[in-house]
This record gives sequence, C-alpha cells and structure tokens, in this order.
Amino acid sequence: MADPTAKPLVEVRGLKMYFPITSGLLRRKVGDVKAVDDVSFSIMQGETLGLVGESGCGKSTCGRAVLRLYDPTAGSIRIDGTEIGTMSQRALRPLRPQMQMVFQDPQASLNARMTVAAIISEPLDEHAQMSRAEKLQRVYELMDAVGLNRQFANRYPHEFSGGQRQRIGIARALALNPKFIVCDEPIAALDVSIQAQVVNLLEDLQEKLGLTYLFISHDLSMVRHICDRVAVMYLGRIAEIAPRDALYANPQHPYTQALLSAVPEPDPVSESTRKRIILQGDVPSPANPPKGCNFCTRCPKVMPVCREIKPDLLEIAPGHFAACHLHTQTKTVTAGRTGGTGAIEHNQQGENA
Amino acid sequence: MALSPLNQRRWRNFRANRRAYWSLLLFSLIFGLSLFAELIANDKPLLVSFRGELKYPLTRFYSERDFGGDFQTAVSWRDAEVQCLIRTGGAELCLDDPTAALAEAEASGTVEGVKIEPGWMIWPLIPFSYNTISDLGEPAPSAPDNRHWLGTDNTARDVLARVIYGFRLSVAFALIVTLTTSVIGIAAGAVQGYFGGAIDLIFQRVIELWGSVPSLYIIIIVAAIWPMNFWLLVILMTVFGWTALVGVVRAEFLRARNFEYVRAARALGVPDRVIMFRHVLPNAMVATLTMLPFVITGTIAGLASLDFLGFGLPSSAPSLGELTLQAKQNLQAPWLAFTAFFTFAIMLSLLVFIFEGVRDAFDPRKTFR
Repeated sequence: MADPTAKPLVEVRGLKMYFPITSGLLRRKVGDVKAVDDVSFSIMQGETLGLVGESGCGKSTCGRAVLRLYDPTAGSIRIDGTEIGTMSQRALRPLRPQMQMVFQDPQASLNARMTVAAIISEPLDEHAQMSRAEKLQRVYELMDAVGLNRQFANRYPHEFSGGQRQRIGIARALALNPKFIVCDEPIAALDVSIQAQVVNLLEDLQEKLGLTYLFISHDLSMVRHICDRVAVMYLGRIAEIAPRDALYANPQHPYTQALLSAVPEPDPVSESTRKRIILQGDVPSPANPPKGCNFCTRCPKVMPVCREIKPDLLEIAPGHFAACHLHTQTKTVTAGRTGGTGAIEHNQQGENA
Repeated sequence: MALSPLNQRRWRNFRANRRAYWSLLLFSLIFGLSLFAELIANDKPLLVSFRGELKYPLTRFYSERDFGGDFQTAVSWRDAEVQCLIRTGGAELCLDDPTAALAEAEASGTVEGVKIEPGWMIWPLIPFSYNTISDLGEPAPSAPDNRHWLGTDNTARDVLARVIYGFRLSVAFALIVTLTTSVIGIAAGAVQGYFGGAIDLIFQRVIELWGSVPSLYIIIIVAAIWPMNFWLLVILMTVFGWTALVGVVRAEFLRARNFEYVRAARALGVPDRVIMFRHVLPNAMVATLTMLPFVITGTIAGLASLDFLGFGLPSSAPSLGELTLQAKQNLQAPWLAFTAFFTFAIMLSLLVFIFEGVRDAFDPRKTFR
C-alpha cells in the first residue's frame, strides 16, 4: 500500500529527550537521563513503523515526545510538513486532532468516572463544533467502527473486559479522524487471546481510514505481523532500522540478532536447534551511558573501537540502516570519517554533562 | 438530578450508617428551622389585623400613626399602648390608660362608650428577638421562667432567642468560611500539584510564611481599625484559613497528574484547566472531604473563641461565644453556662457524626461492600 515515492507523513530528526537530574536545595542540574538520544526516523503515509526494544530503552518516551506530550530537549518533528518540535503547547492544540495516541493500559487510560460515551466524545467536545445529537451520532459510529455494542454507551469502563476497554481507547483516538496514531504498547496489557483481536482491528482501521502508525512494542512476533518497517532501540538510540522482512531475515546489529534469537519458533524442529544469544550484564543507566557505542558493555562482538567511538546509523542495504562498527569497518574511508565526526560530537556532549 | 452509580453507592453507604443519617436529619431540621428564626423568635408580630385590614410587620415598615398613635417613628410592638391600639382599632383612651381601655374593650366591646372594631396580632412562639431588651422588673440575668424559657442574659435579652439566632449565625459562618477556604485552597493546591516544579516550590514557601503569621494579632489589629462585622470576619478567617486544604489537594494532584488518562486527555488537546476539573478534581475530592469536618468545626470554634475574647462580632450580634463569656462572668446564673455548653455540644457532635458518615461513605475501601 505504501508507495515508495510517497512523502513521509512523520519526519523526526535528531530527537533528544533528556530529563534533568537535580540535586540539592537549589535544584542545581547535575546530569541528564538521556531517555531518547539523537533519534531520527521517518514514517510514510499509510505505513506502520514498529519501535521495539527492551523495557526502559526509551521507546515510550520517544512516542510521547513525537506527540509533544513532553517538550523535547532538541530535534525536529515534522508532521505532514508542519514543524511541531518547537511549537508552544497552545499553538499545537489545533493540530492535535491530526495525531492521536493509544495507550498501553486501557484500565488506566480511561477515566473510571466517565461513561463510554463521555470518554469517546471528549475529543469532540474540545475540537469539534457539534450539537449534542451529532456528537452522539459520531460516538455511535465510532463504537460501530471498533466493534462495540451501541447499547454500552452509558456504561462505565470497569464494566468491560480489557479488550473492550482498549477498543474504547481506540475509538477515542479515532474520534477526530487523525492521520497519525502512536500506539504505545497497545496490546502489552491484554490477554494473548485478545491481542490478536485488537491488532486486527488496528489493521482493519488502517486499511479503511488510511492511518499511519508508530507501533511501540516489545512483542517481536506482533511487530512482525503488523509493521512495514521496524526500528530497534537500545538505550535511547536506534540500533537498527529496516524493512520488516529484511530485519527479521537478516539482522545486522548484534543487539537485533540477540533480540530476535529470543523469539520462540513455532516449529518444534527449528525451535530445538534455535541458538539463543544470551546477553551478559544489565542495561547501563541512561543517566550515564557508556562512551562509544551504547551496546559495547554487552555486545558479544565488541571491538576496541566500540568503546571509543559512537557508531553512526549507516545504510548497509537499501532502506536498511544499522549503527554498528562491524559495518563501518567494511565501508570506505568516507564512512570512517563520519564515524570520527561522531566521536568528536560525543566528546562535546561529555563536556557538557 | 440522577446520581452516578458511584454516588448512589455512597448515598446507600451513608444511609447505612444510622447515627450519621439521623444526625443529618436532625441537623437539617434544626438548621432549617433556624433559617426561619425571624418567624420563631421575634419582637414583631407575624400578622396584625387592624380595623379589618391585614398588616405585615415582618416585611413592611409601619409607624405608630398607622395605628392611631402620635409618633411617626417605627412601631414598638411590645408596648402596652400599641397593643391596646391594635386590639381596640385605634381608640384614643389607649394612649392615656391602656389597661382601662383594654378592660372595657374585653368586657363590653366598647371604649368610652364608642363601639370599637376589634383587632388582633399573631405573635411568634418566642416574642423576643436576639437584641430585644426585655422589661424584667428584676436584675438581669434572670432565671428561666415561663416568659423567658432559658432565662435572660446580663443585658436582659432572651437567651433562647439568642441561641436560635446564634446557632444560625455560627453554622452559616462556618459554611461560608468553609466554602470560601475550600474553593481557594483547592484551587491553590490544584495549581501547585498539577504544574509542580518551580510554581510548587515557590508556592509552598509562600504558604509556610503565611502559615507562620499570627492570625489572632492581625484580627485584633484589623478590629482596632475597622468596626468588626460578619463579612469582615469571614474575609479574615478565609485569608488565614485557606491553607488548610492546600496540602491534601496538592498531594492528590501531584499523584493524579501522571495518571494515564490525564496523559490521554493531554494528548487529545484538552486544555489544562479542563483536565484539572474533569479528570483530576474528582479524585482529589475524597481527600478533601476527609478534611472538611475539621475545617467546619474548627471555624465554629474559631468564631466562638474570638467572640469569647471580645475580638469577634459586635456584642449586639447573637453569638454563642459571647454567651459563653457571660456564663463565665455570671457564675451565679448557671442557665447561661448550661445553654452555651449544650448548644455547642449538640451542634458540634451532630456535625462530627455527619461528616464521619460522609467520610466513611467516600472511603473507597468501604465502598465495595
């Protein structure tokens, strides 16, 4: 469906989201938690980009920063050609209908004191000039669209199952006909039996309404099912970004390889021969990431250069990018120089911190 | 108005607490009656029939001339002359010898041989207002008798009338002050908790400074500059009382601002003030309600102690604190002390019982019975 010549709907360049660490009476800043550190990607119209990584790697922060739920430290975010990265929240409000979010925990993301109809019509109250009857009509349409019985409109969230609640959350996100939806682990809190329903619903809606998704998840098989392209994050940075099939068939970054080796195979024969790459140690603190490559403390293929120089994201096949020195080594002198520039940048950051 | 299921459950829980429920009924009855204190205890008759015409002294102004008297001043309804004029339809003799005129009217329906048009007056149950100075014929304070059911205080004013008006004043004062302090306190706490950061830090320090201001001295100083009245006292109590709720509300907002559904509302582009009202405030209400009884009883006690010390309302105002002071000064008149004690005890107990029930009804752990 995604036309390769289509213009990107979402373009993120050099996004940084640092949370300051303060200490003392005067709250002097003593450092940063680099939750998202220089992340760039773009999402084409109608495409689904998967964002995977282990807990705490900054995927959710990245998704929230893209929607400006946080004020990013640096970087540019363009949605449909409009730069929203530096816009004030007030100026952003009229643009909010274009971009919406589906949250992880449907229990927590719905106000327990509001009825389903009130929850779904909340965005309409804020952004649409509609009469009461029109709003109710729209709420019914949305409930039909996500497969909820219209008779449930006056019930409260606690009267629903997890899957139904997530449908309410999706209906709310759809209310204003957005173009772009960030799905922040929309299935992580659901039963396995329900996950497929919700994912299929998201796919159907994408087909019908031409939606663009940023699909954040740690479930690699679900990401494989729904996404067109996949970005792998580690400690606030993108390790690898590639079209889905290329990534799953031929992972280039050692971290991606380790991550994929953890996915169980459905076939018992290949499952028994599956070689798991077990990573040693813990994820370093994002407040104090290692010098050089973020992954150098746990990488099974670590080289001396990895501990010194931060690798750049390089295109190793068409559309397939990886940030790893294994690939910079085989590149031409130009690539090596780019790596060097990265090192200088890193030193400057070190001085600032 | 349809209650949400949650509120219906709370109401059921409240009713299940019999002590709280009956306290609420009783308190509503007493306070409801005291709202009509003018109809219960007043030194004006409720209704007068004079020469076949109905007069309404509670709502209209009448001079003595309207009843055949000499003066253009307001009618003093309790005077024997005025009573005689009304009963006899304005006979001249009343101005000179009301007793004789009344006796003749009773006996024969005439005064000085002239046929009269008989009139009548309906008095309230207690024919004294809170500031009516009664003609006792003995030194005040006088003991309870069938004219003054709870006796009189040291300026010969009816204690029962003062208690009725004083109860109304105390409760009204407490409710108004509680309302204003809660509105300000909730707003301040909400802003601090919701936005956090520097606003929170600075505001908290301001509150610490404010809290250390000795409010009693300020009230004494202000009372020395302006004559004290009800609304000035409301303002002063609000100015020093609004910090009571800030802490709890701030804590609730600090907790709730990172709830997923608050974040969801923000992603929908809902403005902050709407999020605060629609999504966060209902969560903060439970904690606020737990604090409210302390604020209300504290305000009643505060008003009473100011009156007791003489820095509260002017001494003509019906005040329970002043009654307590008189009880202390007139130990030979124990009815003053008993009245003051029982009024406070009953009023505060009822309020505490009610709010205890409200708090339990809002307690989420008890809600799911």
